[in-house]
Amino acid sequence: MMLRTCVLVASVTFFGLRVSAQEVTTPLMLPPAAMTMNGARHALDRLTFGPRPGEIQVVHDIGVNRWIALQLSPQSIPEPAALTQALAALPDTQRSDADLYKQEVMLRRDKSDDGQAERKEFTKNITQQVMTAHFDRALLTDRQLQEVLTNFWFNHFNVFLNKGFDHVWVGNYENEAIRPYVLGNFRTLLEATARHPAMLFYLDNWQNSAPGSRGAKGKEDGLNENYAREVMELHTMGTLGGADGGYTQKDVTELARILTGWGLRTRPERGSFRGDVRKPDFTFAFDASRHDYGDKQFLGFTIKGQGWQEVEQALSILATHPATAKHLSYQLAQYFVADQPPQALVDRMAETWVKTRGDLSAVMRTLLESPEFWAPEAASNKYKTPFEYVVSSLRATGVTPSDPQPLFGQLRQLGQPIYGIETPDGYKQVEAAWLNPDAMARRLSFATALGSGRLGKDQVSIDQAGLRSTLGQTLAPQTEKALAAGDPRLKTTLLLGSPDFMYR
Amino acid sequence: MNRRHFLFASAAATAGLALPFGRDGWITRAAESDASHKRLVVIFLRGAVDGLSVVVPYGDDSYYGARRSIALKPPGRDGGVLDLDGHFGLHPALAPLMTPWRGGSLAFVQACGSPDPTRSHFDAQLYMENGTPGRGATADGWLNRLLAALPGPRGPTQALSFGPQMPRILSGPQIVANIALGQAAEKPLAVDRPGVSEAFAQLYGGDDKMSRAFQQGMAARQQMAADMSAQNSAMMSDDREQMAANNGAPLPQGFPDDAARLARMMRQDPSIRVAFLALGGWDTHIGQGNAEGQLANRLKPLGEGLSKLVTGLGPSFQDTLIVVMSEFGRTVHENGNGGTDHGHGTVMWLLGGDVIGGKVHGAWPGLAEDRLYQQRDLAVTSDFRAILGPAVSRHLHLPEGTASALFPGAPNVTGGGAPVLIRA
Repeated sequence: MMLRTCVLVASVTFFGLRVSAQEVTTPLMLPPAAMTMNGARHALDRLTFGPRPGEIQVVHDIGVNRWIALQLSPQSIPEPAALTQALAALPDTQRSDADLYKQEVMLRRDKSDDGQAERKEFTKNITQQVMTAHFDRALLTDRQLQEVLTNFWFNHFNVFLNKGFDHVWVGNYENEAIRPYVLGNFRTLLEATARHPAMLFYLDNWQNSAPGSRGAKGKEDGLNENYAREVMELHTMGTLGGADGGYTQKDVTELARILTGWGLRTRPERGSFRGDVRKPDFTFAFDASRHDYGDKQFLGFTIKGQGWQEVEQALSILATHPATAKHLSYQLAQYFVADQPPQALVDRMAETWVKTRGDLSAVMRTLLESPEFWAPEAASNKYKTPFEYVVSSLRATGVTPSDPQPLFGQLRQLGQPIYGIETPDGYKQVEAAWLNPDAMARRLSFATALGSGRLGKDQVSIDQAGLRSTLGQTLAPQTEKALAAGDPRLKTTLLLGSPDFMYR
Repeated sequence: MNRRHFLFASAAATAGLALPFGRDGWITRAAESDASHKRLVVIFLRGAVDGLSVVVPYGDDSYYGARRSIALKPPGRDGGVLDLDGHFGLHPALAPLMTPWRGGSLAFVQACGSPDPTRSHFDAQLYMENGTPGRGATADGWLNRLLAALPGPRGPTQALSFGPQMPRILSGPQIVANIALGQAAEKPLAVDRPGVSEAFAQLYGGDDKMSRAFQQGMAARQQMAADMSAQNSAMMSDDREQMAANNGAPLPQGFPDDAARLARMMRQDPSIRVAFLALGGWDTHIGQGNAEGQLANRLKPLGEGLSKLVTGLGPSFQDTLIVVMSEFGRTVHENGNGGTDHGHGTVMWLLGGDVIGGKVHGAWPGLAEDRLYQQRDLAVTSDFRAILGPAVSRHLHLPEGTASALFPGAPNVTGGGAPVLIRA
């Protein structure tokens, strides 16, 4: 386990100042309201996992438009040493999917007590490491917008840690299929997820086979439409268009046919492979011997039977489909602006999507330059999810836990364990899902523990003025009143448990 | 008495919160009306359970042809179904339920479902929870609307939901308590400490949504702490050990413990009128299995839990209706991977003292190719609303016309044509 010190952040180095000489993007065109202290707070609330002490002032001084432009260009932002050191202490998170798979299989083969104990240890270890890496990045990275988007898109293309082999792949999936593409083209992101073993396994497409085909045998002799359906319903087009969302059961079945043989290299001798043929087991592979080579009718297009190229065509159709543009613009606007996002904004984002063929950076610019994003009614109107609540509270108090494991248990109790949602729709991003009586009691209990300086085994000290500075200039009247009337020893607790801190 | 429970109970009791609800007041008034003893428990199987493997149509000529590897054998064979009525048989993993079946308190409605054609889990669940198929915008859930219609006074634990998120079915203006799954439900929290709860009561003393959530949460914790401390002293010690052993188990493996906990709470606290619990893991696209395997492994704890709920409720079982439902069924034909894909009709289960049980209700559409919905799925012959509307109304003695408030726009919701499932 890594060793870290519990620190009170006395001073924070801000990347924005360090890299100002090498700005690579044009500052955004923002309304005047954005360039104020309130604008800086709003930007930090929405585009990061929460402001750190003093950070609102710094972003304001850099210029909110320049700061956002930098965030849209994450490669230009150096990572802090605290993060690179923390990640270096998690070596399994850097390993390839194939390498991890091989170790898992090797351990599974050893049925002795020792072997099983070793496998259990490996599972526990890899699980802790990937969760820790995920948590540390959110807490520590200076590429905050990239990380917020990584969480958003991971959740969008959700896979579940506890399904089969997915515990060995989930970290690799996030690092290789999600994070590099969150500000790139959606088509690339979509295919990266479509080809990753974590997804192929999670939504079963690795077994999807043309019935009666040459390679179809035993448990792999027929269609499996699980992935085909979810890729349309959840990943791309959605069901906004009505009961069948602009597509029909026939389209689902046709896409399942297109996807036959698109899977994992389960046997070395099998099929022809796209990608690196030297890679060993359970990496992405296209198995021609299980593919349906008939022509397909998909969303009004005729797709000639020819192999893996059909999948490429189908993904292109899906990525640029107007229903996809609308569905995903809605979801982004819901995450970044309001639970019920303004339709006009969604429409403009969808227009950008169609015009740029799914350039996510351009779509984000449309969102961030919109008057809707900066409207007064959008400020502090998003109820934090448990993950956002916990991470933002640590950022606001300047606390880095020496061991984040107890926090993972907290997140489970709060209903949002890391990589822990079983269903492919991911966690809900709206208040209605998270604001409820039990959740309030649990959040306030977390606030009480942290507020009184206890975090797992750590004793931490909290800079109350710094915490106060993360909440912006004004507090809700009820918060001011409770602070004035309450036990002074509970001030930090009350601030962390205040309505002001529950929203971002 | 377990010290932890004692601390929890006494902390909540001495917190001195100005709460609008009182347990004693409720109990006094509860005795006034017989109807107020009636309870409803809804268990939702998220992920679309294969109804054809729960209540198996072994007598249907097309059943075995459609399911090469996952069919269940007829009664009397090794791993065969438990005969229900000569045509249908129960999955053998659900053997504990043969007791209420024979006792006449367990009924099934086969080929039940939603009129909406969606095969999306999430849309279909939403429609079954908000009670308006095809209309996603309905903001509240039908169980919350039901609470509004329930005669009698209100209490902080009038409705209980298990799990950290509020499900759509219970969303709405009426008060609902939620409780953690597993043993975490019984652990005290920092917010239960008197000084802390007083400070937050000051902060959340208003009438805004967060204040209401806080107040309801604390009132429910106070009530549940009292219930649990009372039951804790009565609880068998082996029960406690077993609960500890299963702490944090994934669903539905943890269901038997949660069901036992629910039964104890309901027995202890007569103000609990409605309870809801969701179980996942039914989306069996690959390797579904038959008498054994993935689905059997999920059904087994479900059957055990239901059985524990029945016995744990004791005499209150007579006043309880337990509904088990799922968003849709699965394809009649097994797919290429020994699994099933998303289908349409499925089976609804009803269990309770006034259920007309020992019978598989509903018109059986058959599994012949020309009888299937869109040439692939079990057709829906009973609209879930036409089953639940009358059954729930009759069981809970709801005022005339309530069913159409639960399921606005539903045809036949007052029961015309649908099977009668609840004794008058």
